Amino acid sequence: MNWVAWKMLNGDPVKYLGTVFGVGFGVLLIAQQCSIFVGIILRTANPIADVREAQIWVMDPYLQNADEIKPLSDSDLYRIRGVEGVDWAVKIYKGLARAKIETGNFRQVILMGVDDQSLIGAPVKMIEGDIRDLKRPDAIVMDQYGYKYLWPNEPFQVGREVEMNDRRAVIVGICDVSAPFQSFPVVFTRYSQAVQFVASERQQLSFVVAAPRQGYQVDEVCRLINEQTRSIGEKSGLIAMPYREFVWINIKYYLENTGIPVNFGITITLGFIVGTAIAGQTFYLFTIENLKQFGALKAMGVTNWGIVGMICLQASVVGVIGLSIGLGLTALFFVATTRLLPDLRGLHLMWEIAGGTCLAVTLIICLASALSLRKVLTLEPAVVFR
Amino acid sequence: MNTLLMPESSINTQSPLKVGVACVKLVKEFGDGANRNRVLHELDIDFYSNQLTLLVGPSGCGKTTLISIIAGLLFPTSGDVELFGTPQSRLKGGKLVRFRAQNVGFVFQQYNLLPALTATENVCVPLLIQGVPRSQALIKAKEMLDRVGLATRAGAYSRELSGGQQQRVAIARALVHEPRLLVCDEPTAALDGNSGRTVMQLIREVSVQPGRVVIVVTHDSRVYSYGDRMIEMSDGRVTNISNSPSSSMTDSQVISQFKSKETH
Repeated sequence: MNWVAWKMLNGDPVKYLGTVFGVGFGVLLIAQQCSIFVGIILRTANPIADVREAQIWVMDPYLQNADEIKPLSDSDLYRIRGVEGVDWAVKIYKGLARAKIETGNFRQVILMGVDDQSLIGAPVKMIEGDIRDLKRPDAIVMDQYGYKYLWPNEPFQVGREVEMNDRRAVIVGICDVSAPFQSFPVVFTRYSQAVQFVASERQQLSFVVAAPRQGYQVDEVCRLINEQTRSIGEKSGLIAMPYREFVWINIKYYLENTGIPVNFGITITLGFIVGTAIAGQTFYLFTIENLKQFGALKAMGVTNWGIVGMICLQASVVGVIGLSIGLGLTALFFVATTRLLPDLRGLHLMWEIAGGTCLAVTLIICLASALSLRKVLTLEPAVVFR
Repeated sequence: MNTLLMPESSINTQSPLKVGVACVKLVKEFGDGANRNRVLHELDIDFYSNQLTLLVGPSGCGKTTLISIIAGLLFPTSGDVELFGTPQSRLKGGKLVRFRAQNVGFVFQQYNLLPALTATENVCVPLLIQGVPRSQALIKAKEMLDRVGLATRAGAYSRELSGGQQQRVAIARALVHEPRLLVCDEPTAALDGNSGRTVMQLIREVSVQPGRVVIVVTHDSRVYSYGDRMIEMSDGRVTNISNSPSSSMTDSQVISQFKSKETH
């Protein structure tokens, strides 16, 4: 009877397309809204996640997020290097600066100061130039979208100059980085150079990043750093944590202290409800519209299990095709928008969201099937005579 | 000869009668307590094989309820139906469904063809229900369509067929698995006079055979002449059983008798 179920499903092309596109649209709403939300929240931690060599981040214990920094003392670096289990530890600067171009136009930039010697913290993917040129005097590397913000519609040109804190900075390379939360250009330079590009403070060391020595676990080294840098009697020493934990601290901060989760929560909830309603209702109505036909089949001798099998097959086909359409459209949306709108870069359909959407739509279709099955199974076959 | 009457030669009056379906003290009630409504009152009726039995009577007299019980679609409140020697009360759940699939064919007033299937595909559904491979079922369905004169419309969908043609497809579907009981519920009610007569003629020709009971529920007096036997019902009771209405009455007599019963 699977063949009959299949024919019943696609026998009326308009109804069939309406049903699968209804489910597809529901999937699109759920997957797209969830992806945008997760993508934007992950952006808050992208500058941390991009420092791929750093397994351990050390900072002031009162720090709430990576954009609200209380600088450390330069001597803290040496205290950390002296902790057992630390393989290496280097300084990282992270702050905001103003970059002015030759026309007088300026933009606030995210300034990342990387280790002078090892260049730990520097971008991995270069589009123009060589990262080693960062060791040259006044050298900076700018991210490609930042460059386009400052010089719209102009080709990449290494050697261009900008002015930061009345100091000359020469662009020696164009890089690609993960999109930050604020749509500011991201500028990389050496740590010693970075502190000159910003207004002077007594302490300027934002973070120390470190790696465990061979044979030591990251958590164990973090504990050792915390123990050995803690001031006696009060919480005023340093705190070290694995980079993943630091990423989550940032994400939690934005979730707890901004309107993003509320606004997006409402949007996602609405998307989910509308998506659920569309996906569930279209399939439910499809089955209910065929109630008389199922009644006739029951009268002719199709068992209840046979009917269950037919509706499950129809639900599976509608679910799989609807999901494929919805996820395909979502992926297409992000491919198109990230190409056309650079501000939306980094937002994409994550496999976790695709998986979650599959699960949600499966539940929705199962629920719709169960509701319609209830009607079909309790349907008296004698209804065919009425 | 009146065009509405069957030729005498086609009426099965000579063959020995064999009971195929027997209703024994059949009672059916709907509702509970004060709302209880008795629709069938201890009916004792036999339906013979190799005969076309007409079940007639005014709307609400219990005809459809009776055939629903006979076909195993409804359960009686009390009493039993013996189907070809098997008491229906012994067939429960899956057994009854399987019995129905193998032994009962249905022709509905509104045809109930699956609109997504072609005529051939619709006809092969009862065979598919029994697990016959699709290729074999389609071959047999085409043969059956040929018997009802619709071989040329085998690939047509129900929306492309006239009412009469749809009912012929429904007849082919009801008979393709060679059931022992054919139940037809008002098969001509949605058809014009000519189509109705064609459909009744077809039911007679292709379905009446030894070993098969054919029951046609109707209150279309134009087709009374196609029956071998007519059971008249009123208020859930059998009021009259007559053999070969065509042989004993003219068409106008049948109609006037029926009308007088309806008004009483």
